[in-house]
Amino acid sequence: MGDPPTRTLSAGRLWRWLDGWTLATLVIAGFALVPIAAVVYLAFTPSDNIWPHLVSTVLAGYVTTTLTLMLGVGIGTLIIGVGTAWLVTMCRFPGRRIFEWGMLLPMAMPAYIIAYVYTDILEYAGPLQGMLRDLFGWSGKRDYWFPEIRSVGGAIAMMTLVLYPYVYLLSRAAFLEQSMGMFEASRSLGRGPWRSFFTVALPLARPGIVIGLSLVLMETLNDFGTVDFFAVNTFSLGIFDVWLNMNNVSGAAQLATVMLLFVALLVFFERYARRKQRFHNTSSKFQALPGFPLTGARGLGATAACLLPVLLGFALPTLVLLHYAYLHFDPELTAEIRGHAINSIKLSVLAGAMAVVIAIIMAYSARIKGTKVLRAASRVAAMGYAVPGAVLAVGVMIVLGNLDNGIDSFARTNFGLSTGLIFSGTIAAVTFGYLVRFLALSLGTVEVGLAKVTPSMDGASRSLGRGAFATMRLVHLPLIRASVLTAVLLVFVDCMKELPMTVILQPFNFQTLATFVHQYASDEQLGDAALAALSIVGVGVVPVILLSLTIAKSRPGHAVGD
Amino acid sequence: MQGLHMVAVHHAYGSTAVLNNISFTVPAGELVCLLGPSGCGKTTLLRIAAGMERLQAGSVIIDEEVVADATIHVPPEERRIGYMFQDYALFPHLSVLDNVTFGLFRRDRVTAKERAMEMLDQVGMARHAARFPHMLSGGQQQRVALARALAPEPRLFLLDEPFSGLDTGMRSRVRAETLAVLKRNNVATLMVTHDPQEAMFMADRIKVMGANGRILQTGAPADIYHKPVDEYVAHLFGDMNMFEARVEHGQLISSFGAIAADAAVEGTIVRVLIRPEGMTLSNTDGSNTDGGGPQGGGALVDILSAHLLGNSSLVRFRVRDGINGGAEFHVRVPGSFDLTEIGPIWARVDPDHIFLYPLA
Repeated sequence: MGDPPTRTLSAGRLWRWLDGWTLATLVIAGFALVPIAAVVYLAFTPSDNIWPHLVSTVLAGYVTTTLTLMLGVGIGTLIIGVGTAWLVTMCRFPGRRIFEWGMLLPMAMPAYIIAYVYTDILEYAGPLQGMLRDLFGWSGKRDYWFPEIRSVGGAIAMMTLVLYPYVYLLSRAAFLEQSMGMFEASRSLGRGPWRSFFTVALPLARPGIVIGLSLVLMETLNDFGTVDFFAVNTFSLGIFDVWLNMNNVSGAAQLATVMLLFVALLVFFERYARRKQRFHNTSSKFQALPGFPLTGARGLGATAACLLPVLLGFALPTLVLLHYAYLHFDPELTAEIRGHAINSIKLSVLAGAMAVVIAIIMAYSARIKGTKVLRAASRVAAMGYAVPGAVLAVGVMIVLGNLDNGIDSFARTNFGLSTGLIFSGTIAAVTFGYLVRFLALSLGTVEVGLAKVTPSMDGASRSLGRGAFATMRLVHLPLIRASVLTAVLLVFVDCMKELPMTVILQPFNFQTLATFVHQYASDEQLGDAALAALSIVGVGVVPVILLSLTIAKSRPGHAVGD
Repeated sequence: MQGLHMVAVHHAYGSTAVLNNISFTVPAGELVCLLGPSGCGKTTLLRIAAGMERLQAGSVIIDEEVVADATIHVPPEERRIGYMFQDYALFPHLSVLDNVTFGLFRRDRVTAKERAMEMLDQVGMARHAARFPHMLSGGQQQRVALARALAPEPRLFLLDEPFSGLDTGMRSRVRAETLAVLKRNNVATLMVTHDPQEAMFMADRIKVMGANGRILQTGAPADIYHKPVDEYVAHLFGDMNMFEARVEHGQLISSFGAIAADAAVEGTIVRVLIRPEGMTLSNTDGSNTDGGGPQGGGALVDILSAHLLGNSSLVRFRVRDGINGGAEFHVRVPGSFDLTEIGPIWARVDPDHIFLYPLA
């Protein structure tokens, strides 16, 4: 006879609905929702209502500035992203193979770092204007006109340079998925390449492009470092101003809630585009791309068009930082930076590891239970990726502040002692913020990994007597190891670069690389912070390499004769 | 009673019912095949028996223990079953041996390994114990999956289209080997397939499922083949010749001579189904003593085409005159067909392969 079951069969009478997996997922989703809910709640129940004041003074300015910034960055990233994606996928010109992944490099550069670098180069006292003055004998500001980098226009330029890769990546994928036959049909019907591009290829790629654009605009809303440095009054800056300078949390929450409306709109567009994407993929099979050869001046033009964004968005700032790091090298400062780097790494590893554990629990629960409740909970928990850091920072502060006050008053009435602040201003607060904002990254990666494991694997393990948890440990985790590592890495890198939440939520006397760079650059001491800035860029390059490898592996139709 | 009992099982996806009041028994040591078209719910039935799909209505009993009903749901890991998947579902990160010991975790390491090697030996894969699944051919993977599922000595064995991933040549060999291993392990087995030949070959009993999620007929392979309860079941084994005819005086009125018919259909028009292998062609008419069967007369026919299919030929012909004059039929004859040059040809019907059904 076979082995006797070690557990009694009554243990198999699981709760029909609220089992451990479901419970864990609901709790996690609750945690992710609480900061956002707290912001909205406080906005409608303000202790000191300055809403009328905000409306009559600053609100219009915030709305206009934010919209101008989004419009500018949107148009800029569309032109660069879609244009280079089309060139790289459909044409042949010198350097195309390198640009295929090289176009992604500016992704490694946080907008605030590039803003510090260009301000240093382009401001009145900077090397470029100085050189022009020497060259033409100008003596002062009145003698010539030079664009002011610290402006909305400057912010648009900076963000465009580092955010266009999102649009590039998704439009490239969309172009690759199109059936070449359709484009050729259009040309055979008498439409030239340009008209065919605008009437056939572009409309078909629209869902992909819209997704890329939504991500760009979410990042634009999220930005704090650039707009703070340039004093461009967007919502992010306004929230910080009302909160820290006017010392009014309710007002900050009200601004944050208005900002959430922008976010909701972007999320709607993104989701809508993703739904449409399914219908637009007309050809499931990748085909050989014709690769229109661009020779002579046209080839050089294409090369220049691709080179310029990479040069300005990555190469030049990196070189400047390298130069500064060399000039300003100082062992004492280096030791300090090392300390900040260790802080950054600790925080980011902590957040990355927690995010992936949470992601595994959620994704696996959804897999084995498959209920609507769990799928909805996953979506809720992943919402944070769209919520700007400034909004989340306010939310986390409200939640943890109330929690601390609650514990403190409980301890005082019951034990006659004050516990003070337990969570606020600790690493826990920063980590909480990171988790809420970046959980979507790890969840998405783990979900994709799990989806590749066929359901019969689960069935095989379970029918061989292993329970749900043992099955996850023995079958799924070994099979999705690569996805798990990628998930940790992606969250790690984004935490290393994160600025707005870290600035607000970090403990007293605690700095990360990002906040250190922010502080020094704000004090016009970019040279001393160059090494730290370079470290952040270096970390940021890692996911770019990962993406490049994926692109290299999935280069359909390019293998032959290329 | 030992074995699997499913009682009044209903299942629906949304508002679409896929299983309709299914009740049956698989006694210990017997191999039962569920035969049906794809999408008829037979895999769902298997998954319900395994506990991978939650039962919606009815009950499932294994070896007299209720494993699923309105209140009970024993998870698959506690049902002590073996399940073989269509894609074999070998764990790609584990060696062949580790795959087979996967379900033997309640034994100590030494006996687990012994048992695993014994099973691998039974399926002829002991030599490949150290290999990984991706290094094996489809047939080898199938055998490892079989060894893995049988190693923990399940009280019920479930197979989901276990040979559909194999190419035709390989399939018949692996089928025979699998049957031998299953018979040696003497376990109650429920297998799902859409291939009638496979069901005929493997099963002690076949249950034919219709697209409506009901069991249409249960019986030994020979019963299903020779006494199909309705046109649908008859059609499972391939294309049929079909015509309508009247029954008078206990006989079917057709060009093919006297064919006896059931008294129940006396005086009505019936649909007549004849298997391609249920007709013969010869150069003698029915009145001739050396060719005629007990029911005598054949119909004079014209050959339209003949295709050699290997060990048999498919021949299409048209009846020249009589009540079925002008009607076309196809017939499967052994070997190649070469009667055309000899002279006139008569077609005759084997009464064992003719089925009469009342018109719907």
